[in-house]
Amino acid sequence: MQAIQLQWIDYTILIAYVAFVIGIGWALSRYMKTSADFLTSARSIPTWVTGLAFISANLGALELVGMAASGAKYGISTAHFYWVGAIPAMIFLAVFMMPFYYGSKARSVPEYLKMRFDERVRALNSVAFAVMTIFASGISMNALAKLLNQLLGWDYNIALWVCSGVVLLYVLKGGLTSAIYTEVLQFFMIVLGFAPVVYLGLKDVGGWKAMNHSLQAVAVNPAALNLKDAGISYAPDAWTSAWTPVLAGSAHNPMGVDWFAMIFGLGFVLSFGYWCTNFLVVQRAMAAKNMTAARNTPLVAAVPKMFFPFLVIVPGMIAVALTSMPDKNYRIPPPILSEATYAKAVDVVKNARPADSVAAVKAVGDALGKKVAPDKIASLVAANAASKLSDPQIKQGLYNSIAENYYDGVILSLVKKYCPPGLLGLALTALLASFMSGMAGNVTAFNTVFTYDLYQSSRRNWLDKPRPSTITHRDGKTEDVVITPKDPADTHYFWMGKFITVVGILLSIGAAYFASMYDNAMDIIQLVFGFVNAPLFATFLLGMFWKRTTSTGAFYGLFGGIAGSALFHSLTIAHGNLPGVKGGYVHLAREFPSEMAQNFWLAAFAFIVCFTLTLVISLATSRTKSDADLKGLVYSLTPKIVDHNIPFYQKPAVVGIVLLIVCIILNFIFW
Amino acid sequence: MGLDIRWPIGLMFTLIGVLLTVFGFVKKAASTSLDININLVWGILLLVFGVGMLLGAISGRKNPPAA
Repeated sequence: MQAIQLQWIDYTILIAYVAFVIGIGWALSRYMKTSADFLTSARSIPTWVTGLAFISANLGALELVGMAASGAKYGISTAHFYWVGAIPAMIFLAVFMMPFYYGSKARSVPEYLKMRFDERVRALNSVAFAVMTIFASGISMNALAKLLNQLLGWDYNIALWVCSGVVLLYVLKGGLTSAIYTEVLQFFMIVLGFAPVVYLGLKDVGGWKAMNHSLQAVAVNPAALNLKDAGISYAPDAWTSAWTPVLAGSAHNPMGVDWFAMIFGLGFVLSFGYWCTNFLVVQRAMAAKNMTAARNTPLVAAVPKMFFPFLVIVPGMIAVALTSMPDKNYRIPPPILSEATYAKAVDVVKNARPADSVAAVKAVGDALGKKVAPDKIASLVAANAASKLSDPQIKQGLYNSIAENYYDGVILSLVKKYCPPGLLGLALTALLASFMSGMAGNVTAFNTVFTYDLYQSSRRNWLDKPRPSTITHRDGKTEDVVITPKDPADTHYFWMGKFITVVGILLSIGAAYFASMYDNAMDIIQLVFGFVNAPLFATFLLGMFWKRTTSTGAFYGLFGGIAGSALFHSLTIAHGNLPGVKGGYVHLAREFPSEMAQNFWLAAFAFIVCFTLTLVISLATSRTKSDADLKGLVYSLTPKIVDHNIPFYQKPAVVGIVLLIVCIILNFIFW
Repeated sequence: MGLDIRWPIGLMFTLIGVLLTVFGFVKKAASTSLDININLVWGILLLVFGVGMLLGAISGRKNPPAA
């Protein structure tokens, strides 16, 4: 992808946004007086703000770049991440789980686990979560720095450090509230910045019907656009129907999943695991000002979330349709190559002999280091021999002949194609905003969990524990005493929270360098979620709804679930991947058609392992907590919330059912 | 928390809206994508959104919502 020139207006918009987020941090800093203000917003934020922040916290690299990439790779089926996954899980969180999170007064999800079970479960969850937030944050920043590097030609390192610095500045000033406020700002940036791109893209391909028509031709021969290996063919509706290709079986849809992996793996395990137990999103609802606001947070979030596929997945489908139309002069971007690589390949084309096209194709392919389309290289060499082409013309020819796709580049290539200066600045700023708030969201969740669940709890259980000691008096007499160190004042935790914020940002930068090794950020994140989150939902489900679940059962079940994920990953691999970081490094027991399928099955496996282990061990061990201890933490021991003081149309259960019906209707429309 | 978030949202989108509208009006050729002066159209829309948020913030200051 060639770098683009930004004009003064684009820079003005970019700078205005950065100024506003730093300004918000500054304006909030005078309200930051205690660790609770900084880390939990002291439970004071209105519902619509927490609701938008709730979805926005998840709107980083994952959503924009990954969903457009998946939209191109898998078509409208990607919407299952929303219509089967997120929406039902968000409704479940609001109606059933939020009363326990909010009602228990826990400051974090691990703290809830400590109340329900014990310190071991909390420690395991908080360590796993801390690692995950750092990775998610790193992946986000890596995507951002790459974007700035590719698109604007900024140095990767400078982009990474400067953007992280901006995040540090506003999070350090305004804490969680700052992160939540900028998430809301960013929500509007994303929606208002990308809607025109989708509109222009759809207009260009000739509307929704025309786009679907092109995608039907693509589905029959996806190899023509290098979407799949040669010889693979799907039914015409593989990219345009959400359910028919999935129900037909894993060989009949580009995602390579069947209905069970989709509904159980993605819908039940991954999505409920993510939306109901991930502190990053749950933290937003916990910051709400009262119980009703907390329960309504995921419901408010569900409304825009339901329609997000049109904003984030449709661009990927537009890109595929455009690529299939020769007159549009567009292709899904190829992997990014340096100018030097292109220059080398241009020389090879100039020196190639058209008569020996096989050798020419091989030489060009070697120079680029990528798979190339032989016919395109042959005709490029022939065209250059017939009448000398200019270097940029040859480069363009090479660009078009690379037979590999870089899906993460889809969204950018469309922004570049359709946005004039001005709108370009808006769309780029929206992207930048989403990545930065991806980092801010993760860092604010990380610092809370670290400060309260790792640091404070280990102080209380270990460092500050009352301990027996012997004092020797001046006269030689000794006396046995118990020393009870004082819990440090709140200012101590306030400053610790700030210090950990800096550490979290530095670790994220490290994770960003690590993440720069992978090509599809989305698959990696899903994998990490599979390891950590999939088993966790089993622990919560049993813990919240079955009072017999014991702490020992929960701990070993969770541990077994995480170990089970790692084991599953080490034994399986997705088609086309080499054993190693993508799995299968111990033994190849099973090959899945795609990474997506591998992730869904991994999640399903981890869930079942955790669920079974927790159940069996709980039955074999005795309870350590009485019914009275578990009041407010377990469903059957908690008085039902009676919402008699609010009108029926505002009751979480009623709103939840209405949203579910709308979601089901969406599924049918795109069946 | 003391700051009404509608202020920064309203101010920022009003600013960007004005920028895009003026840019679209002055530089018509540079602002056109697929035969639409998208900067002008979208700028006006952002301006309306931004002003709406500001009006919300102003009325919120007069009648603070019940906690």
